[in-house]
Amino acid sequence: MIKAILIFNNHGKPRLSKFYEHYSEDTEQQIIRETFHLVSKRDENVCNFLEGGILIGGSDNKLIYRHYATLYFVFCVDSSESELGILDLIQVFVETLDKCFENVCELDLIFHVDKVHNILGEMVMGGMVLETNMNEIITQVDSQNKMEKSEYPVTAQGFIPRASCSKLAGLMLKEPLLSVSYVWPSVIPVTFEQLSSHIYIN
Amino acid sequence: MPAVSKGDGMRGLAVFISDIRNCKSKEAEIKRINKELANIRSKFKGDKALDGYSKKKYVCKLLFIFLLGHDIDFGHMEAVNLLSSNKYTEKQIGYLFISVLVNSNSELIRLINNAIKNDLSSRNPTFMCLALHCIANVGSREMAEAFAGEIPRILVAGDTMDSVKQSAALCLLRLYKTCPDLVLMGEWTSRVVHLLNDQHMGVVTAAISLITCLSQKNPDEFKTCVSLAVSRLSRIVSSASTDLQDYTYYFVPAPWLSCKLLRLLQCYPPPEDGAVKGRLVECLETILNKAQEPPKSKKVQHSNAKNAILFEAIALIIHYDSEPNLLVRACNQLGQFLQHRETNLRYLALESMCTLASSEFSHEAVKTHIETVINALKTERDVSVRQRAADLLYAMCDRSNAKQIVAEMLSYLETADYSIREEMVLKVAILAEKYAVDYSWYVDTILNLIRIAGDYVSEEVWYRVIQIVINRDDVQGYAAKTVFEALQAPACHENMVKVGGYILGEFGNLIAGDPRSSPLVQFNLLHSKFHLCSVPTRALLLSAYIKFINLFPETKSTIQEVLRCDSQIRNSDVELQQRAVEYLKLSSIASTDVLATVLEEMPPFPERESSILAKLKKKKGPGAVSVELEDGKREGGELNGGGERGDTPAMSASNASTPSPSADLLGLRPAPAVGSAPPSVGSLLVDVFSEGPAAATAGVNDDGFLSSAPPPAVSEEPAPPLPEAEDLLNKFVCKNNGVLFENQLLQIGIKSEYRQNLGRMYLFFGNKTSVQFVSFSTAVSCPGELPTQLNLQTKTVEPLIEGGAQVQQVVNIECLTDFIDAPLLNIKFRYGGALQNITLKLPVTINKFFQPTEMLSQEFFQRWKQLSQPQQEAQKIFKSGHGIDTEVVKAKLLGLGTALLENVDPNPENFVCAGVIQTKGQQVGCLLRLEPNAQAQMYRLTLRSSKDTVSKRICDLLAEQF
Repeated sequence: MIKAILIFNNHGKPRLSKFYEHYSEDTEQQIIRETFHLVSKRDENVCNFLEGGILIGGSDNKLIYRHYATLYFVFCVDSSESELGILDLIQVFVETLDKCFENVCELDLIFHVDKVHNILGEMVMGGMVLETNMNEIITQVDSQNKMEKSEYPVTAQGFIPRASCSKLAGLMLKEPLLSVSYVWPSVIPVTFEQLSSHIYIN
Repeated sequence: MPAVSKGDGMRGLAVFISDIRNCKSKEAEIKRINKELANIRSKFKGDKALDGYSKKKYVCKLLFIFLLGHDIDFGHMEAVNLLSSNKYTEKQIGYLFISVLVNSNSELIRLINNAIKNDLSSRNPTFMCLALHCIANVGSREMAEAFAGEIPRILVAGDTMDSVKQSAALCLLRLYKTCPDLVLMGEWTSRVVHLLNDQHMGVVTAAISLITCLSQKNPDEFKTCVSLAVSRLSRIVSSASTDLQDYTYYFVPAPWLSCKLLRLLQCYPPPEDGAVKGRLVECLETILNKAQEPPKSKKVQHSNAKNAILFEAIALIIHYDSEPNLLVRACNQLGQFLQHRETNLRYLALESMCTLASSEFSHEAVKTHIETVINALKTERDVSVRQRAADLLYAMCDRSNAKQIVAEMLSYLETADYSIREEMVLKVAILAEKYAVDYSWYVDTILNLIRIAGDYVSEEVWYRVIQIVINRDDVQGYAAKTVFEALQAPACHENMVKVGGYILGEFGNLIAGDPRSSPLVQFNLLHSKFHLCSVPTRALLLSAYIKFINLFPETKSTIQEVLRCDSQIRNSDVELQQRAVEYLKLSSIASTDVLATVLEEMPPFPERESSILAKLKKKKGPGAVSVELEDGKREGGELNGGGERGDTPAMSASNASTPSPSADLLGLRPAPAVGSAPPSVGSLLVDVFSEGPAAATAGVNDDGFLSSAPPPAVSEEPAPPLPEAEDLLNKFVCKNNGVLFENQLLQIGIKSEYRQNLGRMYLFFGNKTSVQFVSFSTAVSCPGELPTQLNLQTKTVEPLIEGGAQVQQVVNIECLTDFIDAPLLNIKFRYGGALQNITLKLPVTINKFFQPTEMLSQEFFQRWKQLSQPQQEAQKIFKSGHGIDTEVVKAKLLGLGTALLENVDPNPENFVCAGVIQTKGQQVGCLLRLEPNAQAQMYRLTLRSSKDTVSKRICDLLAEQF
């Protein structure tokens, strides 16, 4: 069973958190921090699995994660799941996001967290996998979008959130998650570090 | 066309998010969020009715704020309102908010359940899916109660859409996991199995998770799934990479489903039907063959998916453990992966090989990879991988390679990550013991272990080395010499001092012939460490000193000098002081013969499973070390072989009596009892006295002839419970505090508190006389099945209660599942010379774990009707014992722990209560109705709960109260 799905960026800012077991809100935030701490200190090119933190159940659970550009996608699963299978699942999830958002980047997740939840909901339900076929998932999401359009034709007027962000901060966040090499180089460019010192990046 | 068009959505939301993102500091962000929260609050509270769109927008904002880590304490109601909107988008946001933010908030759940009910019956597949998602995500007991009957029907109905079927399958799985008692097996179960044959692969994907879970719990009922799974798997495996179209992932046909099918098969033994088995073996061979074929794509996703299936196939082969041919192939395949350049594959190969190592057929084959694994332990960059390597080394260890593996693990320990050191220490200790051929190697290894990683050496480890040294006389001299040398180091770990003190105290004489380790040298060496040690270690050293007096009479005056000095005899620690005083007295009063008897060499320990193993099991969970368990049986005892040597009287006393610290050391005695031994953790040597200092004192006081001391009180069997024990228990059903028992000598008071499935009880033992009670001991025990139902923990009490004094004891209680019997409390002490032996029932009854539940009339009767099966109800009609007084009855019912519900029963004379029994495993809802008949002075009591034993027990308990 999948216990939790977490997405956070290179700085540990959560972009999506979905828990399939009940924790208090406080614990959830702590789990996110603990997980970020465990995952972010690992080098690139080490393996994608590690034992879960104490809060999420210790060695009975595994964290299976992938790092795409600016984001970490972490699935916390118990021993009944295949590790490589979950890696594939993460890939399907990201590819689906990429299709739905057209070159998905961190900004899309920020401004459309509800949509991301919907897409995830078509794949995983109550901690179990519902569907792995990307086309099937996209068909479902598509039909939901059509319903949305028919219900709110007015709101579909040219407001493009992606353009509204600060250009400086946006440079990084617009990094497409799926590029030729899906692994972001472990060295963060110096310019970015300098930026973040005076611009508070969410 | 991109499925999400970026132009639409909610402008206000986007502006808000942009604002937050432009905040230059955390403070600014919090300020902006608080402003927004205030705005939303006022909008929600305002007079103007909000339209669906605004509600949706604000709920979305709240979600975003929640994600940033802020608590959201309002908006739930608005989200619930959105559920009943007939617009998809609004409904969907409402459900999303509830899935993310609502947990079993009982008031809302009722409203949510109503909305879900409407959507489920709407026949609109999108709405049905939303509702099912919500149930699966929240998965509370209330939801299970409301929908557990409905979902299976939706799942197997012929006209249900595929997407709804998928959701229904996983929804049912969730409910089954939270409340297995509410999901009743029925006609639908056989049809669920046939979903494995469904045309739609998505349905199969969802259904297989459900079937796997159900099969694990009810293997026999779902046996037919084996042949269906095999044929489905075979169709997938043999299909060309394009056959399954959308379910082909990077040229691999349906990898996820294949993995899940292979997992399902791991719930069962190999198929009995030859044809099915043949087909399966063919599949497994095909999968192994494919691993050798050149990849169809260079993408990592392709090899990932292929290997995911391969690893599951190997896991199944290992699970069957019956096809030597396949096992060897699996082992070779894993061997290849051990050296693969992909870290993930090396990790998984190490992990799978661990299980393979326990198979008879492949143990030898696994062993051939030892060099690679050792190399992995040394060179892998990733700690996760190194840890798997250490696990595998442990699993593949046997007599032939133990020395090499233990040496490698020891050297790895010096640089190992802190997080895994303790586990490594346990493993080294276990291997060293299990495969020790010569015990000097064993002693060296453990002492090395203490030297390298002293902080991580738990008590079990050093207890164990002492046990073994005591039981093997061929190693005692060597052990004494080695610890003596180890103690020479200027800085040595306290655990080393403990082992050293104990071993020299017992066997120092074996090396005393050498002038370099003469008795005084030994003593001075030990005493040079004394001041740096903690209290338990010092206590142990004091015991070693008194043993020295017996072993080496020439050290007597030096040691007496040490004992006599103020820092010992007036030590502020009562345990140390007592030891100093008693040892000093003992050494000056008792004759050499008496000393020799009292301070005799420790008798051998009885043979037991290593407590280290128990500790490792506790650390890793039962599954992880099952291999060692069997090994332990096979090989155990070689080390401890001397356990059958003639038991000395002291030995049988210390064994038959109390699980004193030394008995704990031996591990797995199923002893719920608390002992009478002094509560000093490190005081192993004291057990030589078997009944502890109290008896020693008594002996000295009598006539200075210790060995004639009366047989220890504690060797008596506990008395059977007093005849009035049941009545005493009944007094406490509706109250938590009071006097449990009283006679001329002793008064026992009780204070207790309970929270959910946990409780804490304070027992107060008062000595009503003016004479002290000696050898006072209490033992809490669980008769019959109770140990599996209740978990009780206590600490020992002081063995002495002065006249007029009171001692306190705490009992920690954990309710694992519902229970009927009460635990027993046995008290023993000596008053004058006479042994008092009393057994009572400890007033822990199932109702103590009640959590009151408030509910309205309608809900009460709805639930009452749901619990209508005959076995769920228990009823008693009985005569009132003390007349019918409404206030008294109310007080008792509240004392029972339930909520007393007003205005529920149409007859105001009747009492109606509701509560949930909280156990570790489950919650049992209980409803109660008490109908008094004033004329006849009779009551009728009816209990309904989801568990028959609970209804009956509470009915029985309560009927005694009126």
